[in-house]
Amino acid sequence: MSSDMNPETGTKWHPVCQVEEIPQFGGRTVRAGQTEIAIFRLGDGRIRAVDNRCPHKQGPLAEGIVSGDTIICPMHARKISLESGEVLPPDSGCVKTYPAKVEGGQILLQL
Amino acid sequence: MVAKKKLVMIGNGMAGMRAIEEILDANPDMFDITVFGAEQYPNYNRILLSPVLAGDMAVEDIILNEEQWYADNGITLHMGKRIKKIQRGYKKVIAEDGTEVSYDNLIIATGSNPFIIPIPGVDKEGIISFRDIDDCNAMIEAAKQYKKVAVIGGGLLGLEAAKGLINLGMDVTVIHDQSTLMNMQLDQTAGDMLRSSLEEQGMKFSLSTLTTAVLGKERVTGLLFADGTSLECDLLVMAVGIRPNKALAEESGLYCNRGIIVNDHMQTITDASVYAAGECAEHRGVTYGLVAPLFEQAKILAWQITGQGLKSYGGSAVSTKLKVSGVDVFSAGDFQGSPEADVIEYLDRSGGIYKKLVLEDNKIVGSVLFGDTADGPNFFHMLQEGRDISGQRSSLLFGNSVLGDSGHSGIDQASRMAPDTIVCGCNGVTKQTITDAIVKEGCTTRKEVTACTKASGSCGGCGGLVEQILASVLGTAFDASIQEEPICGCTDLTHEQVKDAIKGKHLTMVRETMNVLAWKGEGCHVCRPAINYYIGMYWPLDAEDDRYSRVVNEKMHANIQKDGTYSVIPRIHGGEAKADDLIRLGEVAKKYDIQTIKITGAQRIGLYGVKKEDLVSVWRDLDMPSGFAYGKALRTVKTCVGSEWCRFGTQNSTAMGIRLEKTFDRSWYPAKTKLAASGCPRNCAEATIKDLGVVGVEGGWEIYVGGNGGVKVRAGDLLCMVETDDEVVEITKAYLQHYRETGKHNERTAPWLERIGLEKVKQVVVEDAGNRKALVERMDLYLSTLTTDPWQDRLQDEKQPGEMVEFKEYTAIEIPVQVVNA
Repeated sequence: MSSDMNPETGTKWHPVCQVEEIPQFGGRTVRAGQTEIAIFRLGDGRIRAVDNRCPHKQGPLAEGIVSGDTIICPMHARKISLESGEVLPPDSGCVKTYPAKVEGGQILLQL
Repeated sequence: MVAKKKLVMIGNGMAGMRAIEEILDANPDMFDITVFGAEQYPNYNRILLSPVLAGDMAVEDIILNEEQWYADNGITLHMGKRIKKIQRGYKKVIAEDGTEVSYDNLIIATGSNPFIIPIPGVDKEGIISFRDIDDCNAMIEAAKQYKKVAVIGGGLLGLEAAKGLINLGMDVTVIHDQSTLMNMQLDQTAGDMLRSSLEEQGMKFSLSTLTTAVLGKERVTGLLFADGTSLECDLLVMAVGIRPNKALAEESGLYCNRGIIVNDHMQTITDASVYAAGECAEHRGVTYGLVAPLFEQAKILAWQITGQGLKSYGGSAVSTKLKVSGVDVFSAGDFQGSPEADVIEYLDRSGGIYKKLVLEDNKIVGSVLFGDTADGPNFFHMLQEGRDISGQRSSLLFGNSVLGDSGHSGIDQASRMAPDTIVCGCNGVTKQTITDAIVKEGCTTRKEVTACTKASGSCGGCGGLVEQILASVLGTAFDASIQEEPICGCTDLTHEQVKDAIKGKHLTMVRETMNVLAWKGEGCHVCRPAINYYIGMYWPLDAEDDRYSRVVNEKMHANIQKDGTYSVIPRIHGGEAKADDLIRLGEVAKKYDIQTIKITGAQRIGLYGVKKEDLVSVWRDLDMPSGFAYGKALRTVKTCVGSEWCRFGTQNSTAMGIRLEKTFDRSWYPAKTKLAASGCPRNCAEATIKDLGVVGVEGGWEIYVGGNGGVKVRAGDLLCMVETDDEVVEITKAYLQHYRETGKHNERTAPWLERIGLEKVKQVVVEDAGNRKALVERMDLYLSTLTTDPWQDRLQDEKQPGEMVEFKEYTAIEIPVQVVNA
């Protein structure tokens, strides 16, 4: 496994689940130790992953509504870019994003 | 059957037709009515000729009564037929084309003619008056060929004509023989301010100028003035005033002076079967050229002619507003005042504001306002009342707002107006009438208020005030209603437009709907749930519910709490619990370490603090149906103990509540929907603040609707009374289905009812039995599709590992990794 280690960040690609286990326009919660990550399958099939806590009031983003490449927080409808992790105006803030990819039908997260 | 009397009216103008409307109001079956109009148009709003000339309105816009209206009211209308003779001896009238009609009563409402000053050359081509639609059209035509126009007359009519001609791109000079514009309504100061304001708009003036001749061979080429100077022009508009059109009456032997002389009941003093009203009539030595007095006369006339008893016309105080955009002028009563008159004035020349009150014995007898005319109707009201204003001398001119302005001065002013203040001077509409139209008839826009009350339907000058009253009565509901906004930023379409498309195009999927309607992007938390609701509402058998277009609570079938945990609230029909259910609820709470068990505000039991991954297991262990406490759905039916136990109970409210809750279980609405059933008028179930509540009375039930106990408390309105439980269910089905169909997503019944109007809802749901049946059928069809419980559905999904993955989102995916830099 050491071959896919990113020497700069010390991160590695980890298998998460099959693509079909996340519905289109849907999200799931991934728990890695103490960290909760929200993982989404966008309308166009892209997979995106961010921290599962809205910076506003810690709303669980995995339960939000996916629209394009933004996620709308289920608690107070903050809109967050799944590309940059930034909260869109008029609000501000950001969440951590995680690189995600699909290989052979399997979703991988770089953690 | 008594034969109807024959009523003939000569004149198809505003005063005459208003009299006919008043007569129809008072007694629709009394007369066979025939109307002769010399013009080729049905009754139109002469006051609005200026906007037509100015291009702001079309001729169709100012028609007051369409031809269909005459037909609907059984009125025979002869358009374009001038009456040439009244044979009072035979009681008949003869038109120019030979048409003869006999009458029992005759109304003469021939209005007035423009006055053409008798100077040499007034018979040349290119001279137009400004009186009717034909004049208007002639001016619009002339503007295409000619560029330089002179308007003789600096009064109301002349200035409005001049402004219209400027809008048509003409070079306009107004010639007035007085030194003050609108000298019949304005003093020197206001007249001067008006002149500078109009000059800024491009109008030229030649004041204190007497025209002595019209120059030109066949067509007008210029004017000659008394001082020897002249002015070039290729079009001349005569707007020096009007003269009552009394010729026909005079020829038939009716006594006339300046106009046709009438008594206080609007009968001609010569012949009691003949009436006259409007500009052609002279009453106590006065003829009127403004619309408000004419309407007062119409009322008195109708009262007298339909035999309702004696009511006298005592003459009218008049107020005027100039209808020129960008210039606000108001005038009433004795605005000039004698040199020794008691006058309060405020003058701000550079700010363009002038206010003047003329007082006598501390009572307002006249007023001129320029620039800020908002207080005009108020002052006019005080003038008519003869109110003593000695205590308000120092503050009166600053308007009502000085008495306490909380930041929305307009609304403030409207709300402080006395109920009997005349808002629309043209039609004599009081604030009270407008308020009633808003509250009782459900008007939410100026247009609706106008349709309902005629306020702002004539000159339109009070339109702003009507909107302020709307705002003050409706509060925050006003903007939303008057300005129909798109659903959200994802589309330009309104709720109604989207609904129409879903219904008309048979759209059954959220994404399909967004594609067909050219949505911008993939939709958001506002529009997608709305579309999802509408497709399910219109197409209960075909629609595909889109879980990912539902907000978290509805998607998870549980209410998310502030810490990300959920609440679980099972269905307990009517709030009547079973022992086994209570035992299980306790056991489940212990097993899952649930922190809080609470009796909810809606008489149900909630388990609070359930972790997401425990939800499915909690549901399984509870083995109770979902209470839908999380959705825009039927929440609960709150009940009191009722006649089974209560010594005051008249009806079995618990049984009623259980029946209702079972009937409507699992049904979705535009917004959460709460019901209640009380067993007697003590109303312990608080049924009058529910979306629908029933209150048991001796021998039946009262059904209240549109109640709300939330942010804005609203007591429900009595929809109807019924005798049996079956009728309660039937009415409830029809009412809730009507709400489902006409409500906007996220609109509770309280604002919905105010928007639609109680009377309308009564009519659709209660009075129209056929419609009620259709509503019930549609509701029954919908209810028949609600066969499964969402919690049980989720359990079924979970029981099939590997096949149904869709709902596994209740559980997190665990991966054995510690995140770097977490």
